[in-house]
Amino acid sequence: MHEDLNWAIGGEAGDGIDSTGKIFAQALSRAGRHVFTSKDFASRIRGGYTAYKVRTSVDKVRSVVDRLDVLIALTERTVEENLDELHDGSVIIYDGERTEFSDFEAPNEVTGLDVPLKSLAEDAGGAIMRNVVALGAVCEVAGFPIENLDESLEKKFGGKGEKIVENNKKAARLGAEYVEEEFDLAFDFDLETTDNDYVLLNGDEAIGMGAIAAGCKFYAGYPITPATDVMTYLKGRIENFGGHVVQAEDELAAINMALGAARAGARSMTATSGPGIDLMTETFGLVATSETPLVITNVMRSGPSTGMPTKQEQGDLNQMLYGGHGEIPRFVLAPTTVAECFWKTIEAFNLAEKYQTPVYLTADLAMAVTEQTFEPEKFDMDAVEIDRGKVVDEDDISKWQNEKDQFKPHAVTADGVSPRAFPGTEGGVHMSTGLEHDELGRRTEDVDVRVEQVDKRQQKVTTAEEEEDFSYREFGNPDSDNLVISWGSNEGTLIEAMDYLDQEDVDVRFLSVPYVFPRPDLTEDVEAAEDVIVVECNATGQFADLIEHDTLTRVKRVNKYNGVQFKADELAEDIREELA
Amino acid sequence: MSSNVRFTDFKSDKQPTWCPGCGDFGTMNGMMKALANTGNAPDDTFVVAGIGCSGKIGTYMRSYALHGVHGRALPVGTGVKVANPDLEVMVAGGDGDGYSIGVGHFIHAVRRNIDITYVVMDNRIYGLTKGQASPTSRSDFETATTPEGSKQPPVNPLALALSAGGSFIAQSFSSHAQRHTEIIEEAIEHDGFSLVNTFSPCVTFNDVDTYDYFRDSLVDLGGEDAEYDPSDREQAKDKILDSEKEYMGILYQDDDAQSYEQSHGVDGNMADIDTDGAPEGAMDLVREFY
Repeated sequence: MHEDLNWAIGGEAGDGIDSTGKIFAQALSRAGRHVFTSKDFASRIRGGYTAYKVRTSVDKVRSVVDRLDVLIALTERTVEENLDELHDGSVIIYDGERTEFSDFEAPNEVTGLDVPLKSLAEDAGGAIMRNVVALGAVCEVAGFPIENLDESLEKKFGGKGEKIVENNKKAARLGAEYVEEEFDLAFDFDLETTDNDYVLLNGDEAIGMGAIAAGCKFYAGYPITPATDVMTYLKGRIENFGGHVVQAEDELAAINMALGAARAGARSMTATSGPGIDLMTETFGLVATSETPLVITNVMRSGPSTGMPTKQEQGDLNQMLYGGHGEIPRFVLAPTTVAECFWKTIEAFNLAEKYQTPVYLTADLAMAVTEQTFEPEKFDMDAVEIDRGKVVDEDDISKWQNEKDQFKPHAVTADGVSPRAFPGTEGGVHMSTGLEHDELGRRTEDVDVRVEQVDKRQQKVTTAEEEEDFSYREFGNPDSDNLVISWGSNEGTLIEAMDYLDQEDVDVRFLSVPYVFPRPDLTEDVEAAEDVIVVECNATGQFADLIEHDTLTRVKRVNKYNGVQFKADELAEDIREELA
Repeated sequence: MSSNVRFTDFKSDKQPTWCPGCGDFGTMNGMMKALANTGNAPDDTFVVAGIGCSGKIGTYMRSYALHGVHGRALPVGTGVKVANPDLEVMVAGGDGDGYSIGVGHFIHAVRRNIDITYVVMDNRIYGLTKGQASPTSRSDFETATTPEGSKQPPVNPLALALSAGGSFIAQSFSSHAQRHTEIIEEAIEHDGFSLVNTFSPCVTFNDVDTYDYFRDSLVDLGGEDAEYDPSDREQAKDKILDSEKEYMGILYQDDDAQSYEQSHGVDGNMADIDTDGAPEGAMDLVREFY
């Protein structure tokens, strides 16, 4: 019996793959099982190949693996795309009326179950429910009590009326009964349930929820894969907290709207992906120079240009770190798990306002659009802290006025941070500009003032480095000679890869770095290790370059840039090769 | 109407660097007077400006202000207004800022009908870069970059606004101080997006669209004894598309159009947030994911 089950449903875009997968993932989560999902999808509305994959276990699961145990194949191509992952003992559920598999060289012991999904669905009330019939069949195959599906079906279809819900429940049962009656097979799966409570969400949703928790009230964005879910999450929810979402005409408008809202005093955010970051870079320098707190979320996908819009990559690191003409102080945060997406979003808002600086918050496709389970305590709203920085009101505004009672929004201070007066504050009237300016925010080309203002903006980063804890998350053997470093979403996969390495008596010390800039100084860690390997999803090793720059030491690189996230077993193999 | 705010309260202590005689002086004076006359105060006013001669206005006026990047002033103004609808938001730009690099934002700001006043200082030339054709330059207007003219029809901003569903479309002239102020007052008081395309002659680089030209040719549709009805969309269309004459005044106004704030239920100052922690009810967001 397997400890975990790897399941997938695949078909064409438009087949309802995503919603069916989500129903099953939710049912597993509600039954107290951990879930880690992944998606194969293309940038098209209909046709092609798309799949929703679920890995589930009673223990925490943190990554995908190269193995499929149960596959619902709505098309031949679904099988073709997954041949490498099928193994002896895998089960394929398909509808012989739609799909034939004669041409594939699947492993000998793969069991194909021809289930009349469409006609059973029609018996239950409509062909549209064929995917639910298939889910019922999966429950029977996987030894997962069918009642566990009911709540998810109610949540999904409750809005369409009781009749629809009942029909779907019936469809699921017809699928299960068909498998039970027609196939005299003993399957190798038995999905245990537990009393544990889990929440199931993806990185985009965690970022959206983090934004609301942080008091973000303004969001402007332009739809782009894979960041759109941030906007769809916020729309319909942020309004309940006094906020508003604007769908802008383009990313240029989105960031400028968000900038305007931030100037008015709102906690404000926009989210996009690489092509949108290109456009927003136009305004990025203005945000920094006008010292406006703004959170810009970049959910990375494969580039350059339009690249592979539905594929994984961590290729925008340099863009976020260096993008924009001139020298621009900034922060770049890269949460390493879905739960950390929530907390880093809150931190991003606090940093933005404390230091009146733009903050890049970056996730990537592999983390942003895939649902994962967590203990609800990981999102403890009572632990949320808000720091708005140096906001001044009418009472203490005079401290920050010059002899003409003019407010100084860019006052030079020891820590580099100036006072901030929201519009409407009596005595706080001021302007700011993308031109170099004096303390009053007015244009200047005075050589001394120029240097003073550049230095004060830069000082904010120095102050933050002193006051904040830009640290890493550490895993594995702290005394190991083998140091593995990664950033962003590879953390879970690396933790599982370490289990594989452990089985072969290879131990590593793993540092997962959620801060790209400012970032922890790893010089001592790198010097203490014999081998240093930097793992990231891009071709050139952009983070590895930074580590070499910081530590003046050459590091080894493990890179993946074929559009697919790392898998634990494959990553373990890559690391072993580098260490050999 | 507040009696204790004077228009000079909106004037900063910075002396404009516009060329002597520039139309922008008159345009800005009208804006300041209109703001004071409609009871606004600098503390509650936000001016957004783009790039070009017009962009300097935030420096010469006294209010909360942001001088942004080229062509994006309207999105900034939109963000300010949504975040705090109590602020009086005025966006100023030039014909290059608004109708060339920023024309995409212009159309969508009109469609959104958010309650901001957009004053375009239209001099039909790029002044700050020393005299190149602008989108409103005449097709035969000769400049260094268009020695034989642009050979393209000029943009008709009023027509763009009308076709995008504009609810307040006006044209003004910086030199007609009294009328200019009145028109901007009407624009401020209109509940929705107001366009005031203001002829603001460039005395240095444009020898065609001059003070004399506008004085002689502009037909004022408003003022005393006017019989023009700005609520008549068909009539407005005829005037706006009239290739023989140019008009000033309020060409079209739809008082029944819903502003963005009304149609989207936007109210309240978003600067106010709970600083003790997550907002009340935030735990419900987590429960949704069970």
